[in-house]
Amino acid sequence: MTTETAPDATPPILEIDGLHTTFHTRDGVVRAVDGVSCRVHRGEVLAVVGESGCGKSVTALSVLRLIPSPPGRIEANAIRLDGTDLLELSPRRMQAVRGNEISMIFQEPMTSLNPVLTVGRQMNLVIDSHERLSRRECADRTMEMLGLVRIPSPEQRVREYPHQLSGGMRQRVMIAMALACSPQVLIADEPTTALDVTIQAQILNLMNELREQFGTAVVLITHDLGVVAEMAHRVVVMYAGRTVEEASVADLFRTPRHPYTQGLLASVPRLAAERETFEHRVRLKEIPGVVPRPGGARRGCLFAERCGYVRDRCRAETPPLADSAPGHRAACWETDRVASAARA
Amino acid sequence: MPFVDGPQGDAAGKVVRPPMLSVEGLKTHFPVRKGVLSRVTGYVYAVDGVSFSIRKGETLGLVGESGCGKSTVGKTILKLIEPTEGRMRVEGHDITDLGPREMRPFRRTMQIIFQDPYSSLNPRMSAGSIVGQPFVIHERTAGRSWEERVAELFERVGLRADQMRSYPHEFSGGQRQRIGIARALALNTKLIIGDEPVSALDVSIQAQVINLLMDLQEERGLSYLFISHDLAVVEHISHRVAVMYLGKLAELADKREIYLNPLHPYTEALLSAVPVPDPAASKRKRIVLEGDVPSPIAPPAGCRFHTRCPYVEPRCRIEEPAWREVRPRHWVACHLR
Ligand SMILES: Nc1ncnc2c1ncn2[C@@H]1O[C@H](COP(=O)(O)OP(=O)(O)OP(=O)(O)O)[C@@H](O)[C@H]1O
Ligand SMILES: Nc1ncnc2c1ncn2[C@@H]1O[C@H](COP(=O)(O)OP(=O)(O)OP(=O)(O)O)[C@@H](O)[C@H]1O
Ligand SMILES: [Mg+2]
Ligand SMILES: [Mg+2]
Repeated sequence: MTTETAPDATPPILEIDGLHTTFHTRDGVVRAVDGVSCRVHRGEVLAVVGESGCGKSVTALSVLRLIPSPPGRIEANAIRLDGTDLLELSPRRMQAVRGNEISMIFQEPMTSLNPVLTVGRQMNLVIDSHERLSRRECADRTMEMLGLVRIPSPEQRVREYPHQLSGGMRQRVMIAMALACSPQVLIADEPTTALDVTIQAQILNLMNELREQFGTAVVLITHDLGVVAEMAHRVVVMYAGRTVEEASVADLFRTPRHPYTQGLLASVPRLAAERETFEHRVRLKEIPGVVPRPGGARRGCLFAERCGYVRDRCRAETPPLADSAPGHRAACWETDRVASAARA
Repeated sequence: MPFVDGPQGDAAGKVVRPPMLSVEGLKTHFPVRKGVLSRVTGYVYAVDGVSFSIRKGETLGLVGESGCGKSTVGKTILKLIEPTEGRMRVEGHDITDLGPREMRPFRRTMQIIFQDPYSSLNPRMSAGSIVGQPFVIHERTAGRSWEERVAELFERVGLRADQMRSYPHEFSGGQRQRIGIARALALNTKLIIGDEPVSALDVSIQAQVINLLMDLQEERGLSYLFISHDLAVVEHISHRVAVMYLGKLAELADKREIYLNPLHPYTEALLSAVPVPDPAASKRKRIVLEGDVPSPIAPPAGCRFHTRCPYVEPRCRIEEPAWREVRPRHWVACHLR
């Protein structure tokens, strides 16, 4: 529901410059993130979408330096938060950045909540480590946050353990913890997938309020293109560890300039109310084929084997992420053909 | 609560085969404990009287508020949680009181795809052995090595065969979910309970998996209980859809009826809140639910939805609405219909 354009003139609050994250496994090197650069401004919502396994979560975890090493390894020119290179920080300083300046809502709440601590205890720990509050104030703040994310009977829930909550409630506890200290950057990895759409709408509103009130920049990783359409200013599309397209949300949906994005948009299931017909059961459009092995050869365009626009050049030379229209970048040799197909 | 029949009823009065699954008046309550003595001070009425059936070859979509008891319904059917009350039948056999041993033949025909893929996969087993384990246990390899069959399953869910050697932590969220799907498809399953089975997948792989589930349904006559928050996905895959609210069913009807002619105010609000995947679309009018989200520990009296219902009337606060078939095959619990 955001129509205003993002403030581009100001320096970005978060800037990822040339990120490569690799995992060294017995089958060789997995290039999970292979040269990703992007920037987010204050008060902006940047959506990151892409094939499952394309490196979205690893990118987010790399920013927070939460990639286990070994087997993981982060290399980048810089990852700057408000001008400071996070890669240069001591582990202690980095620990202070996490949850203070940058908060993250993790994709799988069950693995990031501590199973042996009650919900209230975990919330208190988070709030306590960032603000100096009395026990009473801390408990009040916990209740307030749980209320904001619409957890029913919070006074009962704080005594419960994560396994006693439903999937969506766990996710809301994670969201409450991430919002508790009004971060400058909020990285939300599939924040609303476990929620029903009415609660989802409320949580998205809450994120928007936070953004408006504190200028929080939001990096929103999601598979839900409906959420992207309603929340994001700009969108980054990733495929096999690389950025393949970046544009304003309106441009991306109107004229996708990378064949993968085009295929993605075509696969979105739509409600009957938005389709003309109500056939019994419609087959959804698929993108044929599978992603290439991340350890395999990385020559040429990695989408070539699945692409309907493929030419010889695509297999030989890697297309750079280049301006293909104002403010619209795509990594594709055939981007003009793709764009005109999208317009047709 | 009356028993609700599936599609293809016996209009001619012929003897019909029992449904794949039928659930009658199912209740699952969890005790709430307090204090050092862990005294039981109340109950979470997670599932509080739910009835439905699923025919062979049918998909029943189950949607509803987060925390309303959908996963608990699924886990109770598989007897991973004991029901408090009610009856569950699989192809006519009452499984409600069966012990673990007697349940074994039914376990083979019913599989679950868990909501949380990470915690449901054994971290010490390779993805290939996780998927292949049922073959090894049940020795139903039909002449082929289990590796070959597992490799085939991997490809069908969009994973590469070489990923069989990797361990769960080496996969992304969506890839792990596909391991769970492949495992559920491994045996001669008849009923699959999918708890948010495609929610961690991007739309292109989601499309692939949904098409696969629909193909397998045609090939093998599988039945699905498909739990999801994604109403567009549910619309694509389901024959009928049940809407749940705070432990009870609010509405149950053929897909077309639910989507084009929703009768329960909660269903209406749900459908209006679905985000539209088009930034240029004029925004539909969204019904914002005001009021307190009630807790299953102390469900409100009368209609459970009355605290948030935009059309609430005095009697809704006192009298619980009956579960009625207000149009052919369209069931709803609402005083106003
Ligand atoms: N510890 C690890 N060891 C080896 N490979 C890994 C490890 N962690 C992640 N990977 C690989 O890195 C790639 C990127 O994973 P990532 O979790 O970032 O994907 P994603 O884009 O978030 O996908 P999804 O949408 O499914 O969550 C995947 O191919 C995954 O298999
Ligand atoms: N083991 C348990 N002990 C106590 N309470 C539980 C347990 N499991 C679930 N509950 C409670 O039962 C209710 C229903 O939970 P359930 O997981 O079935 O919801 P759900 O509809 O699947 O929600 P979601 O969409 O968020 O996954 C919730 O209030 C939950 O807290
Ligand atoms: Mg991820
Ligand atoms: Mg659930």
